[in-house]
Order: sequence, then C-alpha cells, then structure tokens
Amino acid sequence: MAETLEFEEPIAVFLKEIDALAAMPRTDARDREIDGLRRRIESVRGELYRSLTPWQRVLVARHPSRPGLEDFIQRLFTGFSEIHGDRRFADDHAIMTGFANYKGQPVLLVGHVKGGDTKEKIFRNFGYARPEGYRKALRAMRIAEKFSRPIIVFVDTPAAYPGIESEERGVAEAIAVNLRDMMMLDTPIIVIISGEGGSGGALGIAVGDRVLMQEFAIYSVIPPEGCAAILWRDPAKKVEAAEALKLTAPDLMKAGIIDGIVREPIGGAHTDPAAAAEIVDEALAQTLAEVSALGSGARLAARYDKFRNMGRLGIDFIDTRSS
Amino acid sequence: MAWFKKTRKPMAAAVKEKPSRVPEGLWVKCPGCAQVIYNKDLAANVSVCPKCGHHFRLTAAERLRMLFDGAWMEFDKDLVSTDPLVFTDTKPYKSRLQAGIESTGLKDAVIVASGAIDGIETMVASMEYGFIGGSMGVVVGEKIARGIERAIDARMPVVIVCCSGGARMMEGALSLMQMAKICGALARLDRARLPFISVLTDPTTGGVTASFAMLGDLNIAEPKALIGFAGPRVIEQTIRQTLPQGFQRSEFLLEKGMLDLVVDRRELKMAIANALRFMGATASAAPSPEPPVPVAIETAPQA
Repeated sequence: MAETLEFEEPIAVFLKEIDALAAMPRTDARDREIDGLRRRIESVRGELYRSLTPWQRVLVARHPSRPGLEDFIQRLFTGFSEIHGDRRFADDHAIMTGFANYKGQPVLLVGHVKGGDTKEKIFRNFGYARPEGYRKALRAMRIAEKFSRPIIVFVDTPAAYPGIESEERGVAEAIAVNLRDMMMLDTPIIVIISGEGGSGGALGIAVGDRVLMQEFAIYSVIPPEGCAAILWRDPAKKVEAAEALKLTAPDLMKAGIIDGIVREPIGGAHTDPAAAAEIVDEALAQTLAEVSALGSGARLAARYDKFRNMGRLGIDFIDTRSS
Repeated sequence: MAWFKKTRKPMAAAVKEKPSRVPEGLWVKCPGCAQVIYNKDLAANVSVCPKCGHHFRLTAAERLRMLFDGAWMEFDKDLVSTDPLVFTDTKPYKSRLQAGIESTGLKDAVIVASGAIDGIETMVASMEYGFIGGSMGVVVGEKIARGIERAIDARMPVVIVCCSGGARMMEGALSLMQMAKICGALARLDRARLPFISVLTDPTTGGVTASFAMLGDLNIAEPKALIGFAGPRVIEQTIRQTLPQGFQRSEFLLEKGMLDLVVDRRELKMAIANALRFMGATASAAPSPEPPVPVAIETAPQA
C-alpha cells in the first residue's frame, strides 16, 4: 500500500476502508463501494494538493517513493551506461553519472540517488554526497563537454554529507570548483530539481542554462529544521521556517531563481510516476531544443547573466545613493 | 513538562555591555592566554596578542587599513537589501538589518574597495562579521560580483577576506545563488588570467567556504581560524561523536591539503604582495596589460 503523509490522514482513512473491503468476498456492491471510495480519495487529494502549505510540500518532496534519477532513467532514456569514480579517491554512491540516449541523442546524465529500500538507502548514504560525488560529476561533465554532448541533471538531495571525512577531503572545495567550472562548461546543461534541492549539496551540480523544477519539489538555502534550530532556537518551528524560507517552486519562480515549473500529477509524482515522467519528458525535450539552438558564445553569456542577475536591483536590493 | 512554572519575570539581569572585539576600555584580556594587554599595544600589533599570538577578530574597515598602503576607494557602499522574502523569525529580518547597520556603520556585510597593497593596485572585498555574522545575501553577492567585474575591466588582482557564517538564511535561496554568481565572476577573472587570493579568517564556514573562499589561486588562512563547510555542531549531530581537537582549524586544513599557507596576520600583507608579484602584478601598474596569447587547447572562443 502506498505510504501516506501526515497531512493525507483523510486519504489514509479511505485507504484503510478499501483494504478492509478488499478482504471481503467479492460482490458487485463491494466493488461499487470501493469505486466510490476511490473517487472520494481523488477528490480529497485534489483539494489537498491544490492548497499545499510549504511544509506539506517539503514532505511531498521527501516522499520515500518519489521518483528520482533512476526512475527517470528507466522511463525517459535508453542504453544507460553508468560511469564511476572521481579518479582520485573513491566512487560516491549518492551521485550517479552515466551516458544515455534521449530520443536518439547521446546525453550525459548526472544526479543524486537516495535509494529505495533500507539497504540501498545506506548504500546511497541517503543521497548525501561526499566530495568524491561532486568531483565525479565534474569529471563526467568534462567528458560531455569534450564530445559536445548535452548534460541533464536531476537534483534530489537533503544536503552534502556533513561528516568528518567530507570536511577532510574538502567538500567545500569540491562544490566551489563545480560552481566555477560549470559556469564555463561549453555544452548545454539542463537542470531539473526533482525532489529536495538541499543548499550547496544541490547547487554543486545545479549550475546550468535552464533550471526547471517539479511542482512539489523544494529548493532551499538550509533545511527548514536547521533554520528553525538556528533562528528560532527550536527545531519544532520547522513549519514556520518552511513558510519563511520561500522554498516552493512558485516562490522560486517569482524570485527568478528557476526558469520553469514542471507540473506533477495531482497527489504528487509518487502517486503516478509514469504520468509525472511524461510531463518531465515534454518540458525536457522542449528546453533542450531551445538551449541547443543557441550558439556556444550566446549560450555561455546567457548562463552567466542568468545567475549574475539573481538578486535584482530595485527588487531584491536598492542603491540608496541614487534615492 | 516542568512541575513548577515561573510566572514572574526573572529579575532584570545587569545590562550587558555590547561586546566589541577591541573593547573601548584601556585594557583587554586575551582569550588565548588571559594576558591583560594595553589596548593601544594591541591595536599597534594589528590585534594580535603580543604574548601568545591570538588573533582577535578585525572589523572589515580595520582589515582594509591593515592591507592597504594608504587611502582606498570604496564601491557600491549604498546597496541595501529590500528584505525580498519579508522574512520574520523571532524578530523581523528588517530589524536585524537595521541593527547591523547601526552597530557597524555599514549597509551590509562587506566592504569592496580598491587601493594599493605594497604598491600593487588591488580590488579587495573585506567581510564584516559584525553584520549578521558576515552572512552573504544579495547585497554581499552583488558587491563582490561587481568588484570582480571591475577588476577584470581594470586588469587588477582580487583579494577577498572571508569572515562569514555562510549564506544568509533570511534571504532564502537568493542567498544560495550568490555562491554561483560570485563563482561565475571568478571564472571570468580566471579566464582573464588575473590573480585571485582568498584570505580565510575566523570564521569561514558554509556557503562562503563552498564558493569563493576555496577558489583562490592561493588560499591563505590566519592561524587557528575555524574553516569548514558544515558547522561543528551539525557534524557532531550527524556522526554522534565528539570531534577531534583542532578539527576544522587552519592548521588542520593545511595538513589536509586545502590551504596553501597559514600566515600570521603581522606578515599577511607582505605574503599577499609577494604572491601577487609572482602572479605578474607590479607596483602602481596593472599586471601585464594584455592577456597572454591563448594556448591552442583552449575551448572554442566566446562570441
């Protein structure tokens, strides 16, 4: 049975009823009742998801069965061939890179992987990448640049891994180098924030020509829990923090941080991964065509300007000398 | 739940003096060795304890005074954040900004200025910890990016003195994006073959470390500065054990290969000037007026 989130309690009740009914001997009346309940679920879900609060979006973005890189690889790409390792220290399992074909065109895929079951989650370090992950990503992206293949990035991480070895091996340096070098990589880069965009850990592979974001994904400078702990001195204020941080796709669109919102099925991508992937496919194909049509110089200049203009004069800051 | 609840307010605690790094008093006690130092001696010693070498934190302006030979020209000093998120935690961000403006006399957490370092015209960005922990929001990002772009136009080296807790939460993802913005400008500086020296002082953490602080042609730190990506408390909570002594301090990073050198503040200016000269900068003139001819393996030229 699909897992429900805390705010989906009304849905959980119906699901339980359905389960109970399903255990009963099959009759027409029973089937009608189940169908009725299913329709109720649809309408309740529709209502809930039309007015999600920022914190509820955080929960959806972190949903354990939310489709991520691996799911998109299966549904949208063919012939995926993973490449491993940063050639310096290790192969990070929280960031995956590899070649694939997208509608017959060779592309490089880069993205975080959180893992499905417990065993895999541990293997993937819950999507917390170590420095090696960022270095592997850049190494793979340089190959893509060399052979003029577009790069498609799927972002879904709580953060870069905050551990001793991460610091020792320079996770900050690894992210910093990616920020600098991705700005100059001479090949189209399309970024899709598909789940959690966890601060530097996300941005470290998210500099591109276009940054798209799935409807219920989040992108934040700090997780709401961390923000609440620091500013409110009370981690329980995460709901307020989620509100204040303006981390939802519509908010980020308004702030000029993302270039487009990719719609999700009602109830979130996890309720219908196939439909979710189809919508991503559409957005991706169109965006990739747009960016690929640009010449190298224009594309790189536009990429620079896009980030350069984050923080807009007269909107996000003012020059008080002139007033 | 507590069994007893205090309903009366506690007696007003003695009003605490505003702590200042170089106290107003005549004497100051060194937190490193407990030595009582005559304030003027400390100031004459660039706020380094003459006995144990403890580095007191400098304000952004003190830092510029220490680095530049004489006067400097400040840029964009009137940029002010509009509080784009209308952010409120336990108090409104607007009032935090106001408090920062009043206590530092600056309008945000960085001064960007050009002046001469041992005769070498240099663009310096100096971060102010006293302004919301030196945190980086849109104004810090904009001022540093403009500074770098000016340096490229004038073919001038760039020095950034980091002193910051990281990206500013109260401006949300906009703060995060300043990392990419500044790194982009640094990429252009790099392509223009102009020097960038990053000076890491106590503390340099979070989004500042994970962007420009680590990208210097040279990364130079002051002794015993806290330098890291994740805060020590976050790491302790993650790994559930206490951290080793000296973890995330300059000397630790030097040992791990993340820094080029750790330099005592009293020698910092000359270390920077020497490095700049190695990188082709010359006194009272910009480094080589024309960039060297690009080598053949460079990627396609930009339009």
